[in-house]
Amino acid sequence: MLSLIRAVIGRDLRLAMRRQADIVAATFFFIIVVSLFPLGVGPEPEQLRRMAPGVLWVAALLATMLSLPRLFADDHRDGTLEQLALAPQPLALIVLGKVIAHWLFAGLPLVLLAPVLGIQFDLAEDALAVLTLSLLIGTPALSGIGAIGAALTLGVRGGGVLLSLLVLPLYIPVLIFGAGAVDATVTGLGAQAHLSLLGALALGGVFFAPWPTAAALRVALE
Amino acid sequence: MLEASNLECVRGERRLFAGVSFRLAAGEMLALQGRNGSGKTSLLRMLCGLTPAASGEIRWCGRPIARLGEEFRSALCFLGHQNAIKEELTPLENLLATARLAQEALDEEAALAALELVGLLGREDLACRYLSQGQKRRAALARLVHEKRALWVLDEPYVALDRAAIDLVAGLVGAHLQRGGLAVLTTHQAVAVSAGSVRELTLGDDAASQQRL
Repeated sequence: MLSLIRAVIGRDLRLAMRRQADIVAATFFFIIVVSLFPLGVGPEPEQLRRMAPGVLWVAALLATMLSLPRLFADDHRDGTLEQLALAPQPLALIVLGKVIAHWLFAGLPLVLLAPVLGIQFDLAEDALAVLTLSLLIGTPALSGIGAIGAALTLGVRGGGVLLSLLVLPLYIPVLIFGAGAVDATVTGLGAQAHLSLLGALALGGVFFAPWPTAAALRVALE
Repeated sequence: MLEASNLECVRGERRLFAGVSFRLAAGEMLALQGRNGSGKTSLLRMLCGLTPAASGEIRWCGRPIARLGEEFRSALCFLGHQNAIKEELTPLENLLATARLAQEALDEEAALAALELVGLLGREDLACRYLSQGQKRRAALARLVHEKRALWVLDEPYVALDRAAIDLVAGLVGAHLQRGGLAVLTTHQAVAVSAGSVRELTLGDDAASQQRL
């Protein structure tokens, strides 16, 4: 079981490495969106500090959306998705592998960049640490929930827009608790409650999402 | 081993075929024929369990395949219209990745031997997007060389292949039948298979079965 998940992760990471343009594009999108805000809003430190968590989290949601449509579309087009669906193991396990791989090349870069980008917003050290931690806990949920939307819109014309309409509302809880964790740190309330809820969302997203995703994929393959 | 009874296929508002039944025992091959759009690919996808039949039942070793699930899929090797190879990966990586995903032990030596047999040695470390259509098909067919699963379902395996490669695939299917395997394949070409007995089934030859619902 674990070897299957490892095989899927290995394959997807290798494929991602062969077309790095996708990863680089999503990462630069994140950097640029986040950097535009201080330029547009003006250099008042107090205002920037208040905006920072929301801006970084919204940019992370949008950057994740960029890479979601291709999560299953390539496999669908070249026929490998049929092979995965016909593998003796449950399709949900394969989906779990793909979700983990998606997080590794789409979510993890955002987490690593967040502390650097947070400096632009004059965030204090502890707020930066909580921001990074909240992204580290929260981005797996984005990959998991996004996989359901990607599977549901597979093969639909203009699926990218539909995918955003479908998935972004589902991201709202992650956004609220993720950005809220940083706010709570800044105001001195402590981020533990927010981070715990975020952790629950991530666990739910990563470990329950593969089943509806697998069901949606089977419908798409009919 | 494989038994289909009274299968019906409905696509949209059109019935492609109805009342299709056949039995296939070990060492037998079913050659599906029929003009374009007669439902050959749909029938193959039904046999794999990818598409549910509108009515009728498919049994493997006497039990419905829907209920067998994983047990049936571990005896099935499906090669569809699309090659199911990744353009970014080399033929060797594709072969190894397919084997790993199928949880089969395939070492690099065996994979290279398979690629040599299908005539891709020397191209094994070239990304598949640089290969010709026929070479891509060969790369996809390379997994049949070491395939030991009992039921092969092949959709137009000879498309884009040259004469030598067609004979090679026919030889692989023949060896598979000789081992007691089963094969179902669609083709527009009459290709002799060395061993095993071949049954033929032609879809959509009577106009009555194809009608608007």
